[in-house]
Amino acid sequence: MEIDNLEQYLEEQYDIMDVSLLAGKIMLESGAETYRVEDTMMRIAKNYGIKESHSYVTPTGIMFSIETEEPTKTKLIRISDRTTDLKKVMQVNSISRRIANGELDVQQAYRILKRIQVAEETYPLKIRIAAASISSGCFLMMFDGSWADFLPAMVIGGIGFASVVYFHDLILLKFFSEFMASLIIGLLAAISVLTGLGQELDKIIIGSVMPLVPGLLITNAVRDLIAGHFISGLSKGAEAFLTAFAIGSGIAVIVTFL
Amino acid sequence: MDILIQIITSFIAAAGFGIIFNAPKESLWKCGFVGMIGWMTYFLLFTFGIGEIPATVTAAFLIAVISQFYARVYKAPIIIYIVSGIIPLVPGGTAYNAMRAFATNDYNTAVQFAAKAFLISGSIAMGIVLSEVINQLLKQSRLKRIG
Repeated sequence: MEIDNLEQYLEEQYDIMDVSLLAGKIMLESGAETYRVEDTMMRIAKNYGIKESHSYVTPTGIMFSIETEEPTKTKLIRISDRTTDLKKVMQVNSISRRIANGELDVQQAYRILKRIQVAEETYPLKIRIAAASISSGCFLMMFDGSWADFLPAMVIGGIGFASVVYFHDLILLKFFSEFMASLIIGLLAAISVLTGLGQELDKIIIGSVMPLVPGLLITNAVRDLIAGHFISGLSKGAEAFLTAFAIGSGIAVIVTFL
Repeated sequence: MDILIQIITSFIAAAGFGIIFNAPKESLWKCGFVGMIGWMTYFLLFTFGIGEIPATVTAAFLIAVISQFYARVYKAPIIIYIVSGIIPLVPGGTAYNAMRAFATNDYNTAVQFAAKAFLISGSIAMGIVLSEVINQLLKQSRLKRIG
């Protein structure tokens, strides 16, 4: 009888760990700040009655351990692919709140989190490409471009964003997709100016390149650094810098040949 | 007229970035609004002759403050609102000019532009840090009142 109880107890502890880890994994893969991931995981564990837990999160992995009467349990998971899906970050955040209010038990929370994990991205690719192209056109106007260049910037920006997604799926190599996309953007912009469809090469390139800018990485890097998460902050900063450098090199190739 | 174009385009561009980052539908208006306020702050300060760097710090600060307000009211992660606002401030044009000068072997100009791009990025960070300071101060004063 006693052993049965103990086993059930142990199983529960592991379930709590799994819920915390799954929540952390979804958040980290969707582009949340490191400190928010750590905070959410520890909060979930605490709300399920674990008195002490420790989490250590870097952009590429999560370590999580909980202290109970038995020896400390620790788990490690590796994060290999990260995308940007702010809606998932928000959903996990609200689940953590509901757990804190005592609305969800461990099984329910796990089931909801699993559903969030496998959910499709909020907007289909077509809509995101359209958004990128409209943004490119608007950025051109914000940077003092002329209306004549609005359409070229829109088309080129959309193609640029689509090619980042395409090359990212084609070749699993970071920074290559950004390099190729900016190369394509530069090439198309040069062609549009040469054929007379566009007027100012610089403005068209700057506008169309904006959807590739690593804005989320820059913001996250800063917010992680001020929260005291230096490893995550620096590595995200390095990723942002290398992305910017890849974009710059693609453009530089075109500018050199002009 | 120019200002009206700036207002409309910055709103649409920031909301568009909300879509690119898969922000929830109901937050897109707020993303656009945050981006518009940030860009207009930068644009107006810059037009009135205040340097790029103080203008960027002020704009980033305002963006972060409004985002914090939204995050508190709608109980959502702040990152949703702050990212779309920050993007227009990223020194894409300056970085482009630096890259262009590097590509044509004009290193003197290139380093000048690169330094400027670096400083502007730093001032975005500074603006976010300043708003976080205010956030913490507010939190502490509220705790003291309760305690």
